[in-house]
Amino acid sequence: MLAIKLAYRNLVGAGLRTWLNVIVLAFVLFMIIWHYGILDGWNEQANRDMQAWEVGNGQYWQENYDPYDFFTLEDSHAKIPEVLQKASSDGIVTPILISQASVYPDGRIQSMLLKGIDPEQKVIAIPGAELNIESEAMPAGRQEISAIIGKRMAKNCKLKEGDITTIRWRDVNGTFDALEVKIVAIFDCNVPSIDGGQMYININTLQEMMQAPNEATLFVIDEDYEMSEDISGWVYKEFDFLMTEMNEMMKMKKVGGSVLYFILMLLAMLAIFDTQVLSIFRRQKEIGTYIAMGMTRRQVVSLFTVEGAMHAILAVAVVSTLGTGFLLWLQSIGFTMPAGTDDMGIAIAETIYPVYGAGLIIGTSLLVFVITLIVSYLPARKISKMKPTDAIKGKIQ
Amino acid sequence: MEQSTLITIDNLVKRFPVGKGEFTALNGINLTINLGEFTGIVGPSGSGKTTLLNIIGSLDNATEGDAVVMGESTSNLSLKSAAKLRRKHLGFIFQTYNLLPVYTVFENVEFPLLLLNMSGSERKKAVMDALEWVGITDKVKSRPAQLSGGECQRVAIARAMVKKPVIVLADEPTANLDAANSHNILKMMVKLNQELKTTFIFATHDDKVIKYLKRKISLEDGKVVKDEFTKVKGE
Ligand SMILES: Nc1ncnc2c1ncn2[C@@H]1O[C@H](COP(=O)(O)OP(=O)(O)OP(=O)(O)O)[C@@H](O)[C@H]1O
Ligand SMILES: [Mg+2]
Repeated sequence: MLAIKLAYRNLVGAGLRTWLNVIVLAFVLFMIIWHYGILDGWNEQANRDMQAWEVGNGQYWQENYDPYDFFTLEDSHAKIPEVLQKASSDGIVTPILISQASVYPDGRIQSMLLKGIDPEQKVIAIPGAELNIESEAMPAGRQEISAIIGKRMAKNCKLKEGDITTIRWRDVNGTFDALEVKIVAIFDCNVPSIDGGQMYININTLQEMMQAPNEATLFVIDEDYEMSEDISGWVYKEFDFLMTEMNEMMKMKKVGGSVLYFILMLLAMLAIFDTQVLSIFRRQKEIGTYIAMGMTRRQVVSLFTVEGAMHAILAVAVVSTLGTGFLLWLQSIGFTMPAGTDDMGIAIAETIYPVYGAGLIIGTSLLVFVITLIVSYLPARKISKMKPTDAIKGKIQ
Repeated sequence: MEQSTLITIDNLVKRFPVGKGEFTALNGINLTINLGEFTGIVGPSGSGKTTLLNIIGSLDNATEGDAVVMGESTSNLSLKSAAKLRRKHLGFIFQTYNLLPVYTVFENVEFPLLLLNMSGSERKKAVMDALEWVGITDKVKSRPAQLSGGECQRVAIARAMVKKPVIVLADEPTANLDAANSHNILKMMVKLNQELKTTFIFATHDDKVIKYLKRKISLEDGKVVKDEFTKVKGE
């Protein structure tokens, strides 16, 4: 209590030096909170988007399906089992059939995944409604079929709405076939694995093209779907499993970011450490006076430690008075990601709304506080080795 | 009046390590100082005055012998007990004032009371009283840098006196003061000595101080060469 009172007096008395340290610390604290808030916001948004567009509440995979092995795709579809057929017509699961294909924009060849989806489905966010014309499957004699793509795919292939392009694929017998597709809609989606290198057509059309009637590669399930018995030939993949990769990537981003913060923190701590070491030399006479007036060495050490640590408390106060409004404002306007972040393979929106949670703010503040406490204590400990008679005279040792 | 012994110094030797050898600053001091004395340790520069005062104030340790202060043997005192002795019963006045630069006059004088956990209202009263003794009540909010040397010294005296200690140890308290200021401060100390029965021990070679002393202990080369009681005018 006494240490706090005296430390406060000393800091206020020290003026500029105190405020410089406090500002540096507050800046570091703010940067850390600001950045991790963006990462957390990004994480939340990416989670939401991935769930909405791709993962649903989990998936059933045909037992051969391996998203990392395109060569097995041909063998990774099977007849839709009855349970799932029923759930599908109830609208709580939706089938997706996947085939490897190539597209020829401007005469270039580009491989892609051709995915058949149910135009009526509501389980994931892909807007299939435009494909409804195809509900009768491939109409005989029609020159082209309807397809939708995402904006990244559109950009890569220089395709616009209404464009017609050629695609090639292999049917079940392994024979190549070609067809014209017309881009009927371009959708805006933040999930790269749903957008980049993907084209969506009516599942019935794809089944016909592949000569795989009533077959699917995977099912996305809705939260209303209740897991019953195992379905033979199909493997259930739960939500968390499907999100692992993304979560790993987010973790990597956080670790990558923390290197910068480690360096920033180090600089701030050097400033505090330096102030502490300096003040122990500059304030020798003061220390001697404290001791002469009957302060114990321990009291003096704790006074200096508290003084150092109080920088952190003041920094937290500065961040919470000046920074809170700023952070709230940032939270409301969002953070526009710089161009190019798009290609990082994580679902990312153009604007991320940072999340500044209590955990993040309190955790970071505590961390900064504890580290400041340590760097303040270490030099303060030196005081106990000082001879009071020398200290009073202010001799530099 | 019956004399009660406050400090007993017994065969005190203090040696400082200098280079590879040693320097004997105090060489076999024997002294008794009673409650309420107004004593000065006088002698040329380097004779050991400050060293002796430091040992009495338990800021330094004797090499041999002992100084018993208020019944406590300073040679055997733990750091913590020494701090307690200083906190409760000793007041220091330094040649260089040693005021805390960032504190106001009030806060400087208040400091020893904070260490004694005195309540806010008690502290306020005691501080104002002490500032009254030294006649500096108009500069309560000033900081040391804004005061003259004499004013600083008066604040330092108020700080040493505020807790009404048993002993005040004053090392060259007038070294930076002019004659008028020195006399004022000395008169005030005499008054405090009479009113509060505070024991004053000075280390000085200043004639202005020596004039006021009731006892003069002369040191030379770490030895007591003379110890005389003087009758001061008006007693
Ligand atoms: N820490 C120390 N290390 C070595 N020698 C010291 C130390 N402190 C004091 N001395 C020596 O001890 C002797 C006495 O010093 P002291 O400070 O007690 O003298 P003093 O009588 O107070 O002198 P002055 O009137 O100049 O203040 C001096 O010769 C000094 O050099
Ligand atoms: Mg001296």
